[in-house]
Amino acid sequence: MSAFTIEPVDPRRRRADRVSRGLVLALTLVALVPLVLVVYYLLKQGLGAISWEFFTTDPSGSFLGDPGGVKSAIVGTVMMVGLAAVIAVPIGVGVAIWLVEFGRESKLAQAIRYFVDVMTGVPSIVFGLFVYITLVTSGFGGTSFAGWKGSVALALLMLPVVTRSAEVVLLLVPNTLREASYALGAPRWRTVVRVVLPAALPGIVTGVLLAVARAAGETAPLLFTAAVVNDTTFNLDERMNSLPALIFQNVGQAQDRLVQIAWGAALTLVAMILILTLLARLIQRRSRLS
Amino acid sequence: MEAGVVHAAGGRRRELEGSPAARLPDRLLRWGLTALSVGVIVLIAFFFIRLIVESEPVFSEQGVFNYLFTDNWVPSRDLYGALPLIVGTLITSAIALVIGVPVAVATALYVTELAPRRVRQPLTVLVELLAAVPSVVYGLWGFFFLIPKLQPATRWFADTFSFIPFVGGSVTGPNYFVAGLILAIMILPIVSAISREVMSTVPREHKEAALALGATRWEMIRMAVIPYSRAGIAGGAMLGLGRAIGETIAVTLVIGNAPVIGDSIFQQGYTLAAVIANEFGEAASDPLHRAALIAAGLVLFVLTLVVNGIARTFVVRAERGSRAAAKPAAGMAG
Repeated sequence: MSAFTIEPVDPRRRRADRVSRGLVLALTLVALVPLVLVVYYLLKQGLGAISWEFFTTDPSGSFLGDPGGVKSAIVGTVMMVGLAAVIAVPIGVGVAIWLVEFGRESKLAQAIRYFVDVMTGVPSIVFGLFVYITLVTSGFGGTSFAGWKGSVALALLMLPVVTRSAEVVLLLVPNTLREASYALGAPRWRTVVRVVLPAALPGIVTGVLLAVARAAGETAPLLFTAAVVNDTTFNLDERMNSLPALIFQNVGQAQDRLVQIAWGAALTLVAMILILTLLARLIQRRSRLS
Repeated sequence: MEAGVVHAAGGRRRELEGSPAARLPDRLLRWGLTALSVGVIVLIAFFFIRLIVESEPVFSEQGVFNYLFTDNWVPSRDLYGALPLIVGTLITSAIALVIGVPVAVATALYVTELAPRRVRQPLTVLVELLAAVPSVVYGLWGFFFLIPKLQPATRWFADTFSFIPFVGGSVTGPNYFVAGLILAIMILPIVSAISREVMSTVPREHKEAALALGATRWEMIRMAVIPYSRAGIAGGAMLGLGRAIGETIAVTLVIGNAPVIGDSIFQQGYTLAAVIANEFGEAASDPLHRAALIAAGLVLFVLTLVVNGIARTFVVRAERGSRAAAKPAAGMAG
């Protein structure tokens, strides 16, 4: 017999609550449908293509006969993305160090942050065009299409991702560490190299791996810069094949065997990217900073 | 005496500072890194100028206005009216936003407000996995799975709802809608990630106050969570739009690549990015055609600049309101 009772919620409001929550859940499930479908079809179509020969032979280029494997594409992707990382990581981390240690909130630093953001938004195909009109059509270095030009395009794509993630991690390095270093008489460069960078290293590596994963899947910039070829080459001065470019080329062919190769290549590519992403997450979890 | 003290202090200072030679690495580091950073700005400015210079032939041939607003893209007759490409880009991106943003926001809401604690992390990871699939793989999947599977459904939809503008009429396999749908899937992770970050910064007090006043969970979401995170969601949607506008390979494979403006969303079209990817090979020997494609790249560049500029203002505003860490996520989620 309490005088204080809580009125039951009005049925209409309760119904609205149920319906809306159900809708949110339904839409969330809808978001997962494409993932399931893509993975299912990748496995279903891709596993059939994969064999020892698939990884150890080059595409034959013959339309009707044996289509060969994807060796040259795997070699090309690994080499071009590797060189792209070698170009983009020092520059990206360097810019991030400048932003955090020297630029801070100055006008110049704000301008550079803005331009790095701009770069994040530039479509990958536009980066491909940039490299195409500056390096490819001019025949820079005595070649038209070349693996290293593809790397330059990919590096431009990776640069803002590396800078952004490195900046975030460098900001997390406690100031007390820097002050302790200065108090011990270490000059600035030593503080940066021996104290700040090691503390931020796991986070930076995570950012780099995510950038590499993103670059590995890019097709558009490579079409204009490294072209599509069949033969394996380890020379970055020559035209180079890559997994995404090979998939794109094979989709256009109305030939079942070539399409199957494309599915196999897609499965390989996704597996490579997933491993990189997973590695990045593991390192991130190990890091004490984030 | 006085001078002696000053002298001693100066000497101590010099002793602590080290010789100019010892300070050289510091200066080198500082100015080297500054030069590197300024280099980024110079690089972008250089690219922008190069794009303008290289596309100049087509603009002087037919004028900027004609290039942008003529519906006539016939490279074989040296006619370059990019309107069908611009319209195609806008239609597919709009479809992507209409489908993708509600789903992304719902996912973010579910993860931050409604989901049992145990499924939060796995759900987040699953949505982020969508971003790990490369564009060309979405294209491959769209071409061989989505187009054939979707065609009966779209035909039925177009016939049944033909009274809605831009829906009725003939249906082709590759079309604006399929391209928009794939783009919606591709922008889902980034829009969802940013919405999630913003929603997780809604102050606990706001939510508890709503519940204490007798609001149901949904009313709490509507009154406390959504208003607080509106700017951030808008920013995330704009970033998604920027992605959708520039997406190339997936769209190229499923839009049909016909340089016309379709009558309905179920007809073939073309986008700025797709035309560059498709025609650049044949354009290598034709300077005017090449300039027209580079001009398409320029338009694309400017479009994404504007869209990302707006997105940035939204996200910064949301950040100022909440000190949320949404901005770094913009770079990371890709």
